Amino acid sequence: MNAPAPTQASTQPPSGATAATHAPAIPMTFKQRAHDAVHDKQLRKNFRGAMDFLMAKRAAQFPDGDEFERLRTFGNHVRARALSKLPELLERLETNLTRNGVKVHWAETVDEANAIVHDIVHAHEAKQVIKGKSMVSEEMEMNHYLEGHGVDCLESDMGEFIVQLGKEKPSHIIMPAIHLNAGQVASLFHDKLEVDYTEDVDRLIQIGRETLRRKFFEADIGVSGVNFAIAETGSLLLVENEGNGRMSTTVPPVHIAVTGIEKVVENLRDVVPLLSLLTRSATGQPITTYVNVISGPRKAEELDGPQEVHLVLLDNGRSQAFADSELRQTLNCIRCGACMNHCPVYTRIGGHAYGTVYPGPIGKIITPHMLGLEETKDLPSASSLCGACGEVCPVRIPIPAILRRLREENVRAPDEAPKYMRGQGSKYSRTEGMAWKGWRLLNTSPRLYRVFKLAATRLSALTPPKLGPWTEHHSAPKAAPRSLHELARDHLGED
Amino acid sequence: MSAKERILAKLGRSLAGTTPLADDYDEALVTAPWAYPPEQRIPRLRELLEAVHGETQLTTAADWPARVVEALAKRGIDELLIAPDTPHGQQFAGHVAEKATAIRLKAYDRPVEEWKDELFFNTPASLTGTLGGIAATGSLIMCPTTSEPRLMSLVPPLHIALLKASEVYDNLYTVLQAQAWAQGLPTNALLVSGPSKTADIQQTLAYGAHGPKELIVLILEDA
Repeated sequence: MNAPAPTQASTQPPSGATAATHAPAIPMTFKQRAHDAVHDKQLRKNFRGAMDFLMAKRAAQFPDGDEFERLRTFGNHVRARALSKLPELLERLETNLTRNGVKVHWAETVDEANAIVHDIVHAHEAKQVIKGKSMVSEEMEMNHYLEGHGVDCLESDMGEFIVQLGKEKPSHIIMPAIHLNAGQVASLFHDKLEVDYTEDVDRLIQIGRETLRRKFFEADIGVSGVNFAIAETGSLLLVENEGNGRMSTTVPPVHIAVTGIEKVVENLRDVVPLLSLLTRSATGQPITTYVNVISGPRKAEELDGPQEVHLVLLDNGRSQAFADSELRQTLNCIRCGACMNHCPVYTRIGGHAYGTVYPGPIGKIITPHMLGLEETKDLPSASSLCGACGEVCPVRIPIPAILRRLREENVRAPDEAPKYMRGQGSKYSRTEGMAWKGWRLLNTSPRLYRVFKLAATRLSALTPPKLGPWTEHHSAPKAAPRSLHELARDHLGED
Repeated sequence: MSAKERILAKLGRSLAGTTPLADDYDEALVTAPWAYPPEQRIPRLRELLEAVHGETQLTTAADWPARVVEALAKRGIDELLIAPDTPHGQQFAGHVAEKATAIRLKAYDRPVEEWKDELFFNTPASLTGTLGGIAATGSLIMCPTTSEPRLMSLVPPLHIALLKASEVYDNLYTVLQAQAWAQGLPTNALLVSGPSKTADIQQTLAYGAHGPKELIVLILEDA
C-alpha cells in the first residue's frame, strides 16, 4: 500500500535538502489518507487543474455524441466478444506469438510473474532493466522485486521517471506524475539529478531525455506493458507519445512484455475502434504519436530490435472477476483513465489516497479481485454513485452497478454461498444485518408500521441526540409530532 | 498442472454452458465518419500533423532532395543517415554527389550493436520512406526493414520522412484492408503521428521526449 505524498507549494527553489516530495508518515486507512488528501490544498489544486484539462481535451474529441455512443457500444461488443471466448483466444495468441518467435509465459500470481521475469533476467546476467510504462509491472511491484535481486529497474516514461525519482508511486494510470506541478518536479530534479533549478518544462523534459538516453543505450533488458494483444496475428500493440516505449522494446537485446490475461482481442481489425476510443478518451488525442505493433524479435537479416521477445500473461485475480457475468465486465477495461478524470472523488483525493495500483473508479472495481475485499473493503463505498464514470467509459463498463454489487458482496455473510469474491463479507456485521431485517419487517407489515409510526411521532422527544457517525456531520433527526399520512388525512377530511 | 492449465481451466469453467458472442463488426462506423474526398486527404493530414508540431512540405518526386538539403542547412546539420539501397536513398546520394553539397551521408548498414554509440550520440538526422499516410489521424505508416531498421526513425533528433501523395489513405481500417496487414505483419509495424512529445509535467506539452524532436514530412505530390 502506498501512502500519499504530502505536496508543498514549492514554486520557489528549495532551500537545503528539502525535496518537493519526501517520505511521508504512512496513514493506515483509506479514510485517513482521503482525509489528509482533502486537506492538502496544493494537491487539490494540482488535481483540479489536471482533471479539468483532461475532461476538456476528451470532450473536444467527441463532438458527435451519436458517433461516440455508437462507437462505445462497438467497443463494448469487441471486448465482450473477446472475453466470451477468452481461453480460446489466449491459446490462439500463444500459438501465433510462438510461431512468430515470441516466448509466452503464464503466471497466476504476481509472485509467479516476478519469478518468470527474474529467470529471464538471470539467464542474461542482466544488471540494468529499463521499463516503458506498464501498470501490470506496478501490480507486480517489479522494480522493488528486481532491486531485491540486485537488478536496477529504471522507469523511462517521463511521468514514471519523475515518481520513481521521488520514491513515489503513480497517482494516475495515464499521467503518473499528475499530482505534481512543474515547481515540484523542478525541485526534485534539482535535488536528485543535481541540475540547476528550472521550472521551464521544455528544459525539464530535455534533462529527462538526456538522462534516460544513456540508460536506453546501456540497458540489458527492456520491459513494457501491452495495450492490445492480437490473437489473429500474434502481435503486441503499444501506444505512447514519448518514444520511450519504442526505445524500451527496440534497443535492449531482450524485451519482456507483461500484461493481464484480459488484454487479448480476436482480430487485428478489432483494434481499430478500440484504439480510437482509447486515445480520444485518455488524453483527447485522435491518435498517440506512436502506435507500435510488435510481432516478433529481430530476424537474422535485420539490424536492430531485440533478439528475444517474451510475453508474460498474468492472472492476479482477473479469473475471479471473469467467473461472474456482471463482474466480468470489469475486464472490458482498456485502461484509458477517463473514469478517474471524471470522478468527483478522485479529483478531490487524488490517486495516492486509494493506496492501490489502480486508483479511481476502475481501481475500485478491479482491485478487490487482485487483493481481496478484506484489503479493499472501503473502496466500493468511496463513491457518490453519481454515474459519471459509467457515462464516459468507452467500453460501457457499468461501473456504478458493479460498485453496488461489490457493496453487496462486502456485507453478505462471509460463509454465504455462492462465493464470488475473496474476502466476501469483509464489512459484514450481524447487528447491521439484523437491523436491516427489522427495517424490512417494519416496512412490509402495515400493522407493525402503524405502531412504530405512532411511537416515533408521539415520543419524538425521546429521540437520542447522538446517532453514531450520522450526527458527526448532521443534526439528529427528530420526527414531527404528526406523520404526513395523518396530516394528509386531515387535509382531505378523512378519518 | 501448469499455471497455463490452471488459468485456462478456471476460465473454461466460468464459460461452461455459454456460447461465444457473434462478430457484429460495424465496418461503417470506423470508416464512414473518417472518409474524405481525395482532394481533402492531404490538407487534413497536414493540418493534423502540424497541430502536433510536425512540419509538412508539398514537393515533387524530382525536387524533394533539394528540400532535404535546405532543411538540413537551416538547422546547421551536415550529416544524414540514409538507406543507400532504397530508391530514395540512391536518389538523395546522387543529388548530393551531383550538387557537391557538403552533407556527409551515413548508412545503417550494420547491426546496431556495432555502432550504437554513434547512432545514439552522433547522428543528428535521418531520412526514411513510408508506406503511406492516414488522413483521419495525420499518421505515417512505417514498417522498418533491413534497409531502414526500427531505430532509424526513432533515435536521430531530426527525422525526415517521404510520403507519396497517392498513398494517403482515409483511415486505419482502409489501410489494414488495402495493405492486407492481417495476412502477415513484419516484426515491427508503426504509425507515427508527429515528433515525440509528453505532457507529463503539469499537462504542459513538450516536444522531443525520447524520440525525434522534429519530424519533417515531405509530401511528393506527383508520386
